[in-house]
Amino acid sequence: MYSHLETAKNPENLKRVVVDPVSRVEGHGKVTLLLDADNKIQQARLHIVEFRGFERFIQGRPYWELPVLVQRLCGICPVSHHLAAAKAIDQLVGVDPENLPISADKLRRLLHFGQVLQSHALHFFHLSSPDLLFGFESDISQRSIMAVLAAYPDLALQGVKLRKYGQEVIRMVSGKRIHGTGAIAGGMNKSLSKAERDYLLEDIDQIIVWAAASVTLIKTVHESNLPYFDDFATIPTNYMGLIQPDGALELYHGGLRAKNAQGQTIMDHVDYCHYNDYIHEEVRSWTYMKFPYLLSLGQDDGWYRVGPLARINNCDFIKTPQAEAARITFKAHSPGAMVHSTLAFHWARLIELLHCAEAIKELLHDPDIMGLDLVAKGEKRYEGVGVIEAPRGTLFHHYQVDENDIVTKANLIVSTTSNNRAMNESVRQVAAEYLSGRELTEPLLNNLEVAIRAYDPCLSCATHAMGKMPLQLELMDANGQLIDKLVKHSNGQIERLA
Amino acid sequence: MIKPILVFGYGNLSRGDDALGPLLLDYIEKHCDLSKIELLTDFQLQIEHALDLEHRSLVLFVDASVACINRCDFSPLTAARDKSYTTHAMSPAAVLAVYVSIKKQAPPPCFLMSIKSESMELGAGLSSAAENNLQQACLFVKQLLQQPTLNHWLQQTSY
Repeated sequence: MYSHLETAKNPENLKRVVVDPVSRVEGHGKVTLLLDADNKIQQARLHIVEFRGFERFIQGRPYWELPVLVQRLCGICPVSHHLAAAKAIDQLVGVDPENLPISADKLRRLLHFGQVLQSHALHFFHLSSPDLLFGFESDISQRSIMAVLAAYPDLALQGVKLRKYGQEVIRMVSGKRIHGTGAIAGGMNKSLSKAERDYLLEDIDQIIVWAAASVTLIKTVHESNLPYFDDFATIPTNYMGLIQPDGALELYHGGLRAKNAQGQTIMDHVDYCHYNDYIHEEVRSWTYMKFPYLLSLGQDDGWYRVGPLARINNCDFIKTPQAEAARITFKAHSPGAMVHSTLAFHWARLIELLHCAEAIKELLHDPDIMGLDLVAKGEKRYEGVGVIEAPRGTLFHHYQVDENDIVTKANLIVSTTSNNRAMNESVRQVAAEYLSGRELTEPLLNNLEVAIRAYDPCLSCATHAMGKMPLQLELMDANGQLIDKLVKHSNGQIERLA
Repeated sequence: MIKPILVFGYGNLSRGDDALGPLLLDYIEKHCDLSKIELLTDFQLQIEHALDLEHRSLVLFVDASVACINRCDFSPLTAARDKSYTTHAMSPAAVLAVYVSIKKQAPPPCFLMSIKSESMELGAGLSSAAENNLQQACLFVKQLLQQPTLNHWLQQTSY
């Protein structure tokens, strides 16, 4: 581990380098490095520099507004917030998950698979493929989807169409691509018509072919760069996520499972309504993002990773055949019980993308998605917890309401927050192993961003801010004098100002 | 049947003046003949929106802009690889560039309606200045859509 690099012993005597903001992630974060006279890294931190409370945005609103309202928290994963909120307010109207009408349950799952598919496609093809196809230290002009479109037009087009298909699933199920009102308290407000079902069926076989091809591609990229890809930013950690009762991969609803770095179970099939008994959050003075940890292991050892790598590591199997075959290959490539390579997030993410495509096809052939029994009712309650596996990991929504149905308390733990400590550890690993002692350049610093980007962080979700700041790299000598300064403007132009 | 004119207003209704694009769509929906006009909204522009440009004769993007010089500006768009890759959001010019890359042809005539905005805080309402700017933009776009020809739109551009 590289925790010793969280705080330097004599920071006042060190050079400071700032990567601000981290690019091709959602939101505004920055990395600071403190270097000694020999350019040896003495401190590395990922900071979150803006904060605005989601909870404040939600409190005081009637609970039935939540599924629509929370979609506006984030432009990247609105459906995940929509469904997590819907699961929480199901409980407010007295409907537990097992009592949700089967058609409503399957429609929500279809909606969720569409969301995860489009989000994973965006991340891989748009944000990460430039690094993976052209190299981490390639010229900055190549690190964009435009360069991928030019060099790999067929691949890039598949990425565009995969993303588009996921958006179409969302549109058909919820009525709109965004601001849809598919899920309501106790169920869904519409089912899929035969015409809508047939429209989505037209392309699903092609989508599965492309999704499978993307898994083959990332496997090839990963294995052709061994051992670098297995070592880069790699940290052995605990992993947490939802799981089905039989141990299968689960994205929509299940119990909480956590495993340690050796693959041993820390907790299993835990009712997420009691998450407060298992997960706590701590704060640090140098960042606005909290640090969640598993209570049973304590603050120092209880931090964990969530998201695709955690889910594929944690599950015993995947119920769709091609994704399961891909999972077996993925696990076999690593000698240990768990795959700890941070860059393996990409591989795991595309296995999930394939699973989503297969699962969408299964659901489209299920007549329940056209059923008309869509809403259940029960006795009013005053507290509800909804948890879902969002594209980036486990997402918690927790609400309390008063006798007038007004939200009095809200607590959200978003996926990126759970990965906060891990992202910091990955940054420190890269700083220590790949940057320390070298002259820093923009391509070299992109290595830090590659490590963070593997987590697909949504810093807007984690900190509730919008990201639109330029990147700024400052190099100072031991006396604090600025000796070099690079600025990357929001349009991507680089300028040396020193 | 794809409608020949696309009006694409993007932004987040719950982020103050960022709502200007979607709010202009609300106005068009109530005040314009939509038989040949499709309205589309999203939080931000993305790669797949290039596919929404297919088979259109005119496209109008509508967005809030803190950099807008006048209360609202109307300008033609050209495809550009402008490196707007550092966030999840793309510029209209970059979306057009994606269209050129994947379709191997020029995009349909596209224009941008920028409406001057002040702040985009989560949970904030529309600022009074933005509300006034929106009114002017709505009237301008309504007039544009009454005469949806390339020549007319080119004559109306701000610059």
